[in-house]
Amino acid sequence: MSDVLKIVDLHVSIGDKEILRGVNLSMTEGETHALMGPNGSGKSTLGLAIMGHPNYNCTQGEILLNGENILDLEPNERARAGIFMAFQRPVAIPGVKMADFLRHATTNVRNPERKEGEDLIPMREFRKEIKANMEQLQMDSEFARRYVNDGFSGGEMKRAEILQLAMLQPKFAILDETDSGLDADAVRLASQSINEIGHNKMGLLIITHHDKLLEHNPPNFTHVILGGRIVETGGKELAEELHAQGYERIRKQYPEAAKVNDESEAEAEAVV
Amino acid sequence: MTPTTLTEKMQLTFTDEGFAAFLETLNEPEWLTEIRTAAWERFKELPWPSNRDEEWMRTDIRLFHLEKFFIPSARGEVAAGTPVLADGVDLVGSASSCDGVASGASQFDSAMADKGVIFGTISELLEEHGDLIRKHLFQVVDGLEDRFAALHQATWTSGIFLYVPRNVCVENPIHTFSTMTDGGCDFTHTLIVLEEGAEATVLAESNNAKDAVGLHCGAIEIVVGDRGNLRYVNLQDWSQKVWHFAHQKAVIGQDSNLQWTVGALGSRLAKVNQHVSLRGKRGTCQVNGVMFTENKQHLSYHTLQHHEKPDCTSDFLYKGALQDQSRTVWRGMIKVDVEAQQTDGYQRNDNLLLSSKARADSIPGLEIEADDVRCTHGSTSGRVDEELIFYAQCRGFTRKEAIRAIVTGFFQQVFDRVTIESVREALALAISRRVRDYE
Repeated sequence: MSDVLKIVDLHVSIGDKEILRGVNLSMTEGETHALMGPNGSGKSTLGLAIMGHPNYNCTQGEILLNGENILDLEPNERARAGIFMAFQRPVAIPGVKMADFLRHATTNVRNPERKEGEDLIPMREFRKEIKANMEQLQMDSEFARRYVNDGFSGGEMKRAEILQLAMLQPKFAILDETDSGLDADAVRLASQSINEIGHNKMGLLIITHHDKLLEHNPPNFTHVILGGRIVETGGKELAEELHAQGYERIRKQYPEAAKVNDESEAEAEAVV
Repeated sequence: MTPTTLTEKMQLTFTDEGFAAFLETLNEPEWLTEIRTAAWERFKELPWPSNRDEEWMRTDIRLFHLEKFFIPSARGEVAAGTPVLADGVDLVGSASSCDGVASGASQFDSAMADKGVIFGTISELLEEHGDLIRKHLFQVVDGLEDRFAALHQATWTSGIFLYVPRNVCVENPIHTFSTMTDGGCDFTHTLIVLEEGAEATVLAESNNAKDAVGLHCGAIEIVVGDRGNLRYVNLQDWSQKVWHFAHQKAVIGQDSNLQWTVGALGSRLAKVNQHVSLRGKRGTCQVNGVMFTENKQHLSYHTLQHHEKPDCTSDFLYKGALQDQSRTVWRGMIKVDVEAQQTDGYQRNDNLLLSSKARADSIPGLEIEADDVRCTHGSTSGRVDEELIFYAQCRGFTRKEAIRAIVTGFFQQVFDRVTIESVREALALAISRRVRDYE
């Protein structure tokens, strides 16, 4: 039976500010979903809430993985259950080598029952695998010896996230603007790599503003999020429409959600 | 069972009578007895430091009572200390002591001895090399500076002496280890002299059994001659019931190089003065300090990088991680004399707080009299970033594994500068073992 990730009436707040106001979304392994929406609509929030970020408080609703609510699980338990997120802006961990970090991560995700201190996957096996994946992503072998995201360029960060996706082989992956800040060649490479690694295999939730990523990974479903709610779901033609024409129609059609969205964006700007 | 009268006899108190009896046990040349006696007089004159002294404002020693201890001597027991720095290292010499008394004879490669290199305990070497020892002993460290320095100069035992003659390179490291029994004292003195163009590596470490009470009152004196090159590693990992007081100073000559790595992990309370004088042109000194504290430990390190001559470089990096209610004080000073133009001085202290109750005080300072220098200093203190923990957790690390990785990574910048693998590994292992969950 295929794995299913189901989000039911999810409400998420940061502090006392509600960001998501009842999100419903169901993904089956092998499907690709595009999640689109203007700034401040709650796209990244949904991703971080699925991963269990401690600042994102789920006040109502459920996130079900094959029927089991995962809201009480720690982020590492969710990762070990097969959920992954490629971060829009991954943080640097100075002093921790990419290879050591990934070997540890890969071991834990592949052996969800592993206790701290138990053996890591054999070095030879791991090296072979990471080398193959890095070659596919056209990454220099030196990369594995660098510190996690430390001093990485925008493009290197995104490739490092895709490398982790390739190594961890999750059931479901949220890709948060994995194509942003890249030049045309890098976007093509990232899009192709994601296609080879996950398309039609994993359940992909792709958050993007560009069309290239979706060209290479055509979505089965496109969801439009506005003001913390999914207001419309369609096929890949909906994504194409939004790329070509923007959110004007959506805003007009859903004025209440648009109003909420504008308010939260104005607030976010005021904070900045 | 017969009472061990020998042991009782050796329990000499820090009193005039005890000191006089101590001198009698030593059978040392007159010049050395004079050095000790002058210091004993000074010790008696001086008060204990108090919180009115700038250096001791943050370090409270009111619970320290010297009368609970005895002048270092063999106590008829074997201590449970375990050296870690020499694992897998080809050594050229080694010496160890317990309670300030040599544990057997020191070992030294005879080929090196043939080249004129001298290594061993000061008491072993006094007869043959008395003049050489006299020339340098207590010439670098000021044994009359404060009450602890005077106490050390008066009652030190188990001195280590390394002398490397001109242009001789001692390739493999020398290892020294000191330990204590429960209630013991370690007043080790280290004297290292490298003549012009000489090279050596010394790995020094001290530890004792967990929960063993003790007192270390020590001094390290280092002389690196012109074009000399010394790598010195000092790992202090006493039990958390040991009082640790130390004066450590190096004087380095023209075109010489000193790399000094400090691991400060142990003790209940430590107060250390580390001083490097750059006394010849173009000398370079790099200090790599790693501090890790937990429970109620208090570590206070005061560094001074003194540029006396032009064109020298000094680079001091201390990193600390603090757990539980522990506390560190780091006070760094770059002093540049008026003639020391073109000085390049750097000092930095970064602290990672692993608990809301831990506290790190960082006090960098500059005293510059020359007008054409580059001196930079900085310090940071902060908690482990929750975003880093979350990121690692999203990759399957448990919270504890994430913190361990982040803390180890934090120290990596210092480890990257340490050129001796066994030292890097021993430090990394000691730290990762200590890191618990974040509170």
